[in-house]
Amino acid sequence: MLKALQLEPEKCTGCLQCEMACSYENEGVFNPSKSRIKVFTFHEEGRFAPYTCSQCAEAWCMHACPVEAIVINADTGSKDVLEDVCVGCKVCTIACPFGTVNYNADSGKVIKCDLCGGEPACAEACPTAAITYVDADHTGLERMRAHAAQTIPRDQ
Amino acid sequence: MAWTRNVLRVNLTQGSCSTEPLNMEWAEKYLGQRGLASKYLAEEIDPACDALSPDNKLIMATGPLTGTMAATGGRYSVITKSPLTGAIACSNSGGFIGNEIKNAGFDMIIFEGKSPKPVYLLLENEVATLCPADEVWGKSVWETDEILHTKYQDPLLRIAGVGRAAEQGCLYASVVNDLHRAAGRSGVGTVMASKNLKAVAVRGTKGVGNIRDPKAFFKATNEGKRALAENAMTGEGLGALGTQALMNVINEVGAMPTRNMREVQFEGASKISGEAMLEPRESDGKANLTTNAACFGCTIACGRISTIDPQHYTIVNRPEYMGNSGGLEYEAAWALGSDTGVDDLDALTYANFLCNEDGYDPISFGATVAAAMEMFELGAITTKDTGGLELKFGSAEALTKSAELVSTGEGFGKDLGLGSKRLCEKYGHPELSMTVKGQEFPAYDPRGVQGMGLAYATSNRGACHLRGYTVSSELLGVPVKTDPLSTEGKPDLVKAFQDATAAVDSSGLCVFTTFGWTLEDIAPQVDAACEGNWTAESMVEAGERIWNLERKFNLDAGLTAADDTLPERLLKDAAKTGPAKGKVNELGKMLPQYYEVRGWTPEGVPTDATLERLSV
Amino acid sequence: MKHVIVGAGPAGVVAAESLRRLQAGASVTIVGDEPEPPYSRMALPYMLINQVGESGTYLRKGATHFSDLAIDVRQDRVVGLDRKQQQLTLADGGSMTYDRLLIATGSQPTSPPIPGIDLPGIYSCWTLEDGRNIAARAKPGAKVLLMGAGFIGCIILEALAKSGADLTVVEMEDRMVPRMMNDTAGGLIKSWCEKQGVAVHTSTKVTGIEQVGDGFTVTLSTGDSVAADLIVSATGVRPNIDLLDGTGVETDHGILVNRNMQTNDPNIFAAGDVAQGRDFSTGEYTVQAIQPTATEHGQLAARNMAGLAGAVHRGSVNMNVLDTIGLISSSFGLWMGADGGDSGELLNRDRYRYLNLQFNDDILVGATSLGLTEHVGVLRGLIQTKTRLGAWKDRLIEDPTRIMEAYLGSTQAIGFNAAVL
Repeated sequence: MLKALQLEPEKCTGCLQCEMACSYENEGVFNPSKSRIKVFTFHEEGRFAPYTCSQCAEAWCMHACPVEAIVINADTGSKDVLEDVCVGCKVCTIACPFGTVNYNADSGKVIKCDLCGGEPACAEACPTAAITYVDADHTGLERMRAHAAQTIPRDQ
Repeated sequence: MAWTRNVLRVNLTQGSCSTEPLNMEWAEKYLGQRGLASKYLAEEIDPACDALSPDNKLIMATGPLTGTMAATGGRYSVITKSPLTGAIACSNSGGFIGNEIKNAGFDMIIFEGKSPKPVYLLLENEVATLCPADEVWGKSVWETDEILHTKYQDPLLRIAGVGRAAEQGCLYASVVNDLHRAAGRSGVGTVMASKNLKAVAVRGTKGVGNIRDPKAFFKATNEGKRALAENAMTGEGLGALGTQALMNVINEVGAMPTRNMREVQFEGASKISGEAMLEPRESDGKANLTTNAACFGCTIACGRISTIDPQHYTIVNRPEYMGNSGGLEYEAAWALGSDTGVDDLDALTYANFLCNEDGYDPISFGATVAAAMEMFELGAITTKDTGGLELKFGSAEALTKSAELVSTGEGFGKDLGLGSKRLCEKYGHPELSMTVKGQEFPAYDPRGVQGMGLAYATSNRGACHLRGYTVSSELLGVPVKTDPLSTEGKPDLVKAFQDATAAVDSSGLCVFTTFGWTLEDIAPQVDAACEGNWTAESMVEAGERIWNLERKFNLDAGLTAADDTLPERLLKDAAKTGPAKGKVNELGKMLPQYYEVRGWTPEGVPTDATLERLSV
Repeated sequence: MKHVIVGAGPAGVVAAESLRRLQAGASVTIVGDEPEPPYSRMALPYMLINQVGESGTYLRKGATHFSDLAIDVRQDRVVGLDRKQQQLTLADGGSMTYDRLLIATGSQPTSPPIPGIDLPGIYSCWTLEDGRNIAARAKPGAKVLLMGAGFIGCIILEALAKSGADLTVVEMEDRMVPRMMNDTAGGLIKSWCEKQGVAVHTSTKVTGIEQVGDGFTVTLSTGDSVAADLIVSATGVRPNIDLLDGTGVETDHGILVNRNMQTNDPNIFAAGDVAQGRDFSTGEYTVQAIQPTATEHGQLAARNMAGLAGAVHRGSVNMNVLDTIGLISSSFGLWMGADGGDSGELLNRDRYRYLNLQFNDDILVGATSLGLTEHVGVLRGLIQTKTRLGAWKDRLIEDPTRIMEAYLGSTQAIGFNAAVL
C-alpha cells in the first residue's frame, strides 16, 4: 500500500516547522524559501493551509518534462526530479495545475516534493499532526485530490 | 556557529548601508539578540544621549537560534535607548521577520543617525536599499504593509514598521511586524520614527545553517519539543487559551491590578478572559477567538486570532475591521480592560487592533488611560482637556475613542501619548502614575505577588513582567512554588529569573518556553548550534553579565538607586480584597538584600569585583 | 495491430509509449528523420550554454529504453503515403504498412523572403545540428544578430547572451514575444534585455543580408545597417504537412483533427506541432506548437488509436514559460483577455514584476506573469478546471499574488468557503 501526505489545514498553526524540516532535508539549511511544502496564510479568515504535491496520478509535471528528468519512485510512488537531468526549462512549473513544482533560481533546476524517499521530514516535524503520512486510500486525501478528479480528465 | 557572523550597518544620515563581521568575541560572551545588541549599543552610544536624537542608535537583532528548528526559534529584538524611561530598551517580538533577517544573511541590523527624509529599508538577501518612504509616511502599519506588499508583489516579504502613533511622537510606540506581532514596550517605535525610518522590509532566501553539531542539535531540539508538548501550560493551556489563561487565575489570587491599580481584583475579569473569548456571541454565533496561531518555528502557538463582533458599535459600517487579526493577549486584555474598568470584550479587541494597526504598546496605553480616568474622576482632567470625552472608569467608549486619538495623535491623543508619568505630571498628580522609571506596570499587582515588586523596581527597562517573571514560581509553581505573599528568598529568586531570562532573550528563543523548560533544556540546544561551551551555568553567567551591562548603561544614563522603586500606592495602600487583603509590597525589605546578592553597592552600583568577575 | 508513428519528437514518443502500455501485443514503430536518438528541442538552448551535453537533450535517457519497450525507432524519412494501401514509402526506398498511423512530424523553421537569407552561415536554431553550428560560432565578443524575438528567439537569446556574444535582436512586430506577451510584458522584456546589454530593435525588419569577408552586413528597415559574424534566424515555424499533399488528408495551417485527434481518414491521427488541435480556451482548432500540448496530443492520440472510448480532447491550454536572460515570464490561456471579462493587474516596472489575471465571470481564463516563478502552475489549474472563484475573484483583482490562496480557498475547506465545502 502506497502512502501519501495527508494535509489538514484546520490543525495548522502556521509555525513553518514543516518548511524548515523540508529545506533542511533537501538543502542542508533552514530555508523556508526553498521548501517543497508551503504554508499559505489566510489572514482575514485566521486560517493556515500547508500544501504540497499530492503525487497525483496524472503526473502533469512528469509528462510535460522534455528530458525525462521527472520519474516515478517505485518505492513511494512519488514523482522525483532528477537534478542532474533537469535542464531548468520550467515547463513542468507551468504544467503542474497545483502550482507545486517550483523553479529554484540558485540551482537552475526545479524542485518538488519527493516524500523524502518515504520518510517525509515535514510530517515528522509538524507539532500538530496537520501533516501526516498515511495510507494513500485514506479518505481525507480524496479532498486534496478533488481538484484534479473534478474536472481534469485522466489521460492515463 | 549558528550566527551568520554578519552585521548590517545602516547610516541613515548618510543614506549608506554596509556589512561588517559580527564581533565574535562579544558573541561568545553575550550570545546574541538582547545581550549582544546591548553590548553593541553600550559600546557605540553615549548612554546619556537624548533618546530621540540622531545620537541614539536602534538595533534589530536576532539570536543564534533564530531561524533554526529549535522550538520558538523565530525571535528578534529591538534594542535602543528608550525615550519613555531614559534607560536601555530591549523589546522582543516573534512573528516571522526575525527569521527573515537571518535568512537574508544578517544577525543584526544597526541603524544610526537620522535620515534627512522618511525612508524604509528594503533588504533582499545581501542587497540593502534605503527607499524614499513618501508613499507610506503618515500611514498606519497595516496600510504600510499592504502598500509595500503590493509594490513588491511578494507575499513573503516580511515587514516591521511604525505607525502614525510613532510619527506623532507617542512615547510608547512599538515596532510592529507581520501585522500583529510587536516589539511593544519602552517606545522603541518612537525612536525608529525619530530617525525617519518608517519600516524594514526583508526577504531572505539564503538559508540558516552553520549548525555546529547537527546531530546533537536535532537530538536536543526534539527532546525540547517533546518536553513542551508534554507540559500542561506549553502543550495545552497556552494553545487553547493563550496567555489569557491567566485572567481568571490572577484575578482569583488577588493580583489583578484594577482601575489604575487602586484595587487588586476586577469584577468583570471573567467577561474579558480567555474563556470568554471562546463563547459564541449572539450576533453571528461566532466566538471572539477564531484560532490560535504560531510565530515562526513555535510549537506552542499561543497567539490569538480574533474578530470583533460585527455588530459592535466600534465597527458598524467599517468592514476593514471585520476580518481576523491578532487578538487579545493577557497583558493587553488586562491593561485595556481591568485597569480601565472596562469589561466589554469587543471594545478591548478593537482597541487592541488599533494598537497593532498604528503601533503602540497596549500595556502603556491602557495604563495611561487608566491614570487619565482617575484624574478625570478627581477633576484634574476635564472634558475641556479631552475635547468632550467623558473619561470614566468602565466606559468602553472612552477607551476606544482614546485609542483612536492615540493612533493619529489628534487632540487629547497627544497627551495620552506622553505615557502615564508625563501625563500625571502635566495634570499635577505625579503620585497617580503607576510606573517604574517612567514605564507602566504590567498585569500582576505586586501587593499580591511580592517578588514581582522587586522585579519591577529593579527591571532595567522599567516596570515589566518580562525581565524576571517570578509569577511563574510564586503563583504557578514553576520551577518551584514559593509563597507570593512572603518576601523571603525573593531577592535570590528575582536575580535568578532576571539572569535566566536575559540568557533566553539572547538566544533567539521565546521566554514562554520556560513554562516547560529550564536552562538545562535550553543550553544543549544552544551548545549544539553554537561555538563556545554553553551549559546552563555558562548561560546563567552570560545572563548575569548582560544584566550588569544593562545596569551599567542605565547608571551611565543618569539613573540611580532612587529609581529602583515603586509608586507609593503599592507601598502604602493595602490591597482591599482577596488573598492579599491588607498587604502592601514590601520592597524595602527586599531591595538591600537584592543589591547584595547582585554584588552591587548599597547604592545599587555593580562593584568593580562584580564587573571583573563577569568581565562585562 | 500495427501502429506507425511518423516523427520522433515528444508527441510521437509519448504516443508510442502510451500505445505500448495500452496494447502490450501491438507493433509500434517510430520513424524519425534526424540521425540522433529522439531529443527535445526545448533542451537545445541548454546545450548551447554547455549546461548539458547532447545526450542531456535526449527525450529518454536509457540506451535501451525503446528496445526494452519493443518500440522500433527507425531513422528514415517518409516520402509518400498511400491511404488505400495503408502504406508509407520511405526515402531509403523501402515501404511500411500500418493499421493506425500517427503523423507527429512537428514543424520547421521558416525563412522570410529576404535577399541573402540563404547565404551559408545563417542558422535556424531548430535541430541539434543547428545547435552545434551556433555553439561553435557564438563566441565571446562575436557579433551575433538574432532575427525574430518570438518564443523560440527568446529562448535562444538567453543562450546567446550567456555565451558572451555581442547580441542584436531584430523583431518585426512592435514588441518582443508578441504572440505570448501583451504590450506591458513584452515591453518589460525588451527593456530587461537592453539593460543586459542586448540591442533590441522592434517594429524593424531585416531587408537584406550581404556577405562581407567572413561575416555579414545586415540592412534594416530603419535604414541602419549592422555588422554580424553570425546570424540566427528564428522568425517563425510552420507545420510539416508537405507529406500529406495530394493525399486527401485535410489540412489547413496544420493537419485538421477532431476531438479524438483523428484526421478525416479514420486510420490516420495527428499530434503535436503539426496538428491543428482544439484550444481549451477558445474551442477553436489551432496549432499551438508547445511542449505540454504535444505530449497531451500524443497521449490522447494513442488512446484513440488503441480504440479506447471516451478519450476526447477537451482542448489544451495554451501556455508558455520563458527565461529571458534570467527574467522569467509565463502566459496562460486567454492572456489577452476575454470579451466582457474583468482583469486584475500588478505592475512594478523598476523591478520587472508583473502579474495580470483575466477573468470571465468568476472564472480565471488567462494570465501573464513576469518575475514570478512560485506556484505559477496553479494558474493553469484554475483555468483548466474552470474553478468558480466566488469572492476570491475580487480579492485576486485587488491582489493577484494570492493565486495559491484563491485556489486552496476555492477548492478546499479553508477560510471563507469552509462552511460551504
